[in-house]
Amino acid sequence: MLDGDAVGPVARTSAPGAWCGQCGEALDAGEHARCARRAELEPPRFCVHCRRRMKVQVTPGAWTATCVQHGTVEQPTWG
Amino acid sequence: MRNNQGMTAQVTRTDILDVAREQVLERGVPLTHPQIVEVMRTGDDRLQDLLALAHEVRMKYQGPSVEVEGIVSLKTGGCPEDCHFCSQSGQFTSPVRSVWLNVPELVRAAKQTAATGASEFCIVAAVRGPDDTLMEQMREGVAAIRAAVDINVAASLGMLSREQVDDLVDMGVHRYNHNLEAGRSYFPNVVTTHSFDERWDTCLMVKESGMELCCGGLVGMGETIEQRAELAAQLGELEPHEVPLNFLNPRPGTPFGDLPPMETGDALRTIAAFRLALPRTILRYAGGRELTLGDLGTRDGLLGGINAVIVGNYLTTLGRDPREDLALLDELEMPIKALNETF
Repeated sequence: MLDGDAVGPVARTSAPGAWCGQCGEALDAGEHARCARRAELEPPRFCVHCRRRMKVQVTPGAWTATCVQHGTVEQPTWG
Repeated sequence: MRNNQGMTAQVTRTDILDVAREQVLERGVPLTHPQIVEVMRTGDDRLQDLLALAHEVRMKYQGPSVEVEGIVSLKTGGCPEDCHFCSQSGQFTSPVRSVWLNVPELVRAAKQTAATGASEFCIVAAVRGPDDTLMEQMREGVAAIRAAVDINVAASLGMLSREQVDDLVDMGVHRYNHNLEAGRSYFPNVVTTHSFDERWDTCLMVKESGMELCCGGLVGMGETIEQRAELAAQLGELEPHEVPLNFLNPRPGTPFGDLPPMETGDALRTIAAFRLALPRTILRYAGGRELTLGDLGTRDGLLGGINAVIVGNYLTTLGRDPREDLALLDELEMPIKALNETF
């Protein structure tokens, strides 16, 4: 986790992004219903802020996604 | 191959479920390849009868317990192999990037798994086979888990040398996963960077080492019924301790990314057929069940031959909340297998 910088996890989770975390395409272009369904069983692969591919680690109870520019988000999936 | 030629001849004259009841349930003799094909062609009107028979076989030879396991990816992505179903191959345009898990996070994952009541924790790496760096990471990681968590440690690191098999035994790895992935005749349509026989050889070395062999595959990759049955029959020949059954979850950017998910009825027929082909083997729900079976199908499979589950998330995708699975097992009066219990 990055801690406290302006592009860290707080900024990532609170600010809306322009890109789809699943397919990496622009959110305002095309249909993302399939992406929304996929997101129920998939962590995001693309940074919603800059479209970079993220490093994603899935563990039994969480996922962590890191964008080299915009930091890391960790999301518990249960517990 | 385990076989019963006399029964094969009867298949054409009598109902396959009657044959399976007498042969598998009463005598404990696995179905042959032609018989598995016939079971996989059971009509929708007989599906519940088939599942009920498979459940009887499971209860007779394996009992009501369910083995619960968690898995984690130690090394994700960047694999040099071209398994067409896999998002972790470096040869495809999949968005999965390469990432390593450190030892403290590995131990944390093992603790998360143990908290569900699971008795198994499998460490997986997306590699052709382990190099010295990965083996050293395994040595450190397995030791740390065994010191901190009361759980059996399994591994899945691709093809092994004899020396690496021995090293894993020395580390205390009690089970090794290496899937056949597909039946021999369909395998070249799934993987071209290594052969079916290379996989088979690693499986034999694992069995000879004293580690338990976990070996299964995927269904729904475009194979025919005959080829799907062939996988079950060849697994029967190999006699692994456990068979993980995966249903293709089409991954974006892979050669199989546009295949449709398997129909639920076909998936349930497959589960039952695998149970009748492998009456004494742990048969585990692995990847893809959320997509292929959903909640209702998951329940039907547990009442149709399945006696082990992977709980929580998978290697690159997310699973159901383990509490839902555990509640279902409780409702079905299927106790979780204890740590040192054997089937």
